[in-house]
Amino acid sequence: MRTVTTARSRYGMVIDLDRCTGCGSCTVACSVENNIPPGTENVTERTGITWMRVYEADDGKSFPDTHSVFVPIMCQQCGNETPCMSVCPQNAVEVDPATGIVGQIPERCLGCRYCMAACPYHARYFNWWDPKWPAGMEAAMNPDVAPRMRGVVEKCNFCQSRLHTARERAASTGRTAIDPADYVPACVEACPQRAITFGDLDDSDSFVAALAAGDRAFRFLSRIGTEPKVWYLSSREWVRNLSDRVVARTRKENVRG
Amino acid sequence: MDERFIPRGVQRAPFWRFMAWIIPWFGVLLWGLYGASLCLYEGLNQTNMDNRFAFGLWIYLDLTVIAFGAGAFFTGFLLYIMKRRELQPVINTAVVLGLICYSSAIMVLMVDVGQPLRAWFTFWHPNTHSMLTEVTFCLTCYIVVLIIEYAPLVLKNRQFRNIPRFLVFEFELHKLMPVFAAIGAFLSFFHQGSLGGLYGVLRGRPFAFREELGIWPTTFFLFVLSAMAAGPSFVLVITRLVERLSAKRLVRQNVFATLGKISGMLLTIYLGLKSVDTLVWINGTSPSAGFPAFEYYQRASFGTWILFAEIVPFGLVPALMLLNAKVRNHTPLLVTAALLVLAGVTLNRFVLTIQTLSLPTLTFDPFLTYVPSWQEVATFAAVIAYGVLLYSISFRYLPLFPQEREIARIER
Repeated sequence: MRTVTTARSRYGMVIDLDRCTGCGSCTVACSVENNIPPGTENVTERTGITWMRVYEADDGKSFPDTHSVFVPIMCQQCGNETPCMSVCPQNAVEVDPATGIVGQIPERCLGCRYCMAACPYHARYFNWWDPKWPAGMEAAMNPDVAPRMRGVVEKCNFCQSRLHTARERAASTGRTAIDPADYVPACVEACPQRAITFGDLDDSDSFVAALAAGDRAFRFLSRIGTEPKVWYLSSREWVRNLSDRVVARTRKENVRG
Repeated sequence: MDERFIPRGVQRAPFWRFMAWIIPWFGVLLWGLYGASLCLYEGLNQTNMDNRFAFGLWIYLDLTVIAFGAGAFFTGFLLYIMKRRELQPVINTAVVLGLICYSSAIMVLMVDVGQPLRAWFTFWHPNTHSMLTEVTFCLTCYIVVLIIEYAPLVLKNRQFRNIPRFLVFEFELHKLMPVFAAIGAFLSFFHQGSLGGLYGVLRGRPFAFREELGIWPTTFFLFVLSAMAAGPSFVLVITRLVERLSAKRLVRQNVFATLGKISGMLLTIYLGLKSVDTLVWINGTSPSAGFPAFEYYQRASFGTWILFAEIVPFGLVPALMLLNAKVRNHTPLLVTAALLVLAGVTLNRFVLTIQTLSLPTLTFDPFLTYVPSWQEVATFAAVIAYGVLLYSISFRYLPLFPQEREIARIER
């Protein structure tokens, strides 16, 4: 199923892995922004919800020669034959033709989890529990984002509520286009290393487009052909090799996750 | 006690013995219903599925029982459309088994989805590109067809036959059976195929992803063929099991041999196509997506033995056995071959569901394993118990095997 792209914009992200320290600020900011509930006492790494998950990988060498890297992985916003969208039986996943953002409609989701099986990046999360916030914490919830119920799938949507807010702001001042500075996902804002850059990949003047076109840029699992809109940067060859199983193996770097 | 409900001319166990058989299964059903109700009330956190193992025991077994249930549509197709009259003695049992398999699968799916009350959304907001939409539509229609096919059988109960209106209704329904057999074959072809297509379209899972033939991935056709091979074997094995448990001959040997022959021929075609498909996948599809196929088989529990087992001992061996007339006329060997066919299809569904999800995609992603929780096991045990109960009641009170009375008379 080809994704219809009549996009006026094609929002994407570039994450500089040479800058990322794995501090997790992006994950925390994402959870707060998107009303992701704290895990219950029985939650595990495999059942919790982290729209943005920071993986650690190393080059497979022994101490003291080992080098490691932190890789934040969220929905990679596939732009071609978006795997999760084509498989959802009830159109609960949609690609916004105006922005290219892959959105999830939790109110329509059946919870069959077929999209999770389809996602090559394991970037989709199921609500295994009823969402619960500790007493008093509800007051800190983001009023612009609806919490999701038990039994549905959710994932990163580039903080779509912020996009709506930016559009409203633009409309209230009589503008038809939003100011790029008005729309930045929470993780971008929170990163203390300024490792994450966001913007319109189709705007050749944008910083994000320039970074994505650079020599250090790569995408994970690009040979699958889903054209993700999240790019990564690194000057280290072994880090770039992480993107592809064949290259990682032939370079004999024995990469460990 | 219940003699007046038992079909004329056949012997059934005393009522107390029937109860002694039924009650333990009823206990299993209750235990399973408790497990399922926990999943529905507390949520799917009661299972051991997780964000990586989005599918688990339930989907794997659903695919397996639906393949086994193919005996219903395929026997109906051969009997009513292809006019293979020698299958008449097992058509009733094939319909009951089909109904059990399909209704079980639907019941388990209703527990498996996170929001079962939204099941109708698929009809309201259908994504016509999704294999799961096709499965949902066809399964829903086909379960109705199976109920319609089961209805005349129920109306053949001795007490119902005393009601003239029911007799007429049963007669009229019976005349329509070729139509329902054709509809059933059409629907089954698509949903059996789409169940295979579910995995074949997973571009993001190169272990399962396959090239397209027409608009369908090759797994579409492989699932149809493997289900058509498994269906007759399942009818054969269950009929033989019922013969053993009831200590009665229910059908003649030539019926078993025919079922075995059909199964063997289809399995041979399936194996040929699967071998070609596997070679294309190993040498083309998977490497071009950046995944060398040999990597999949380097995990401790999923070595190349699993591929070998699927193709040779659970494929080639039963196929050759079933193509041999001597084996087909030797009941123990015939049943062994049929069991191997079923084991092969079970393994195939396991590989596509569980192995697909356990294998990592990202280079720094770990290989994961999954063991179902007791609630998952109990829910499926409930389905098995439901099947045993429905079949046992049908066998006792409905004329499932038209040859039984005649065989009993000759043996007396």
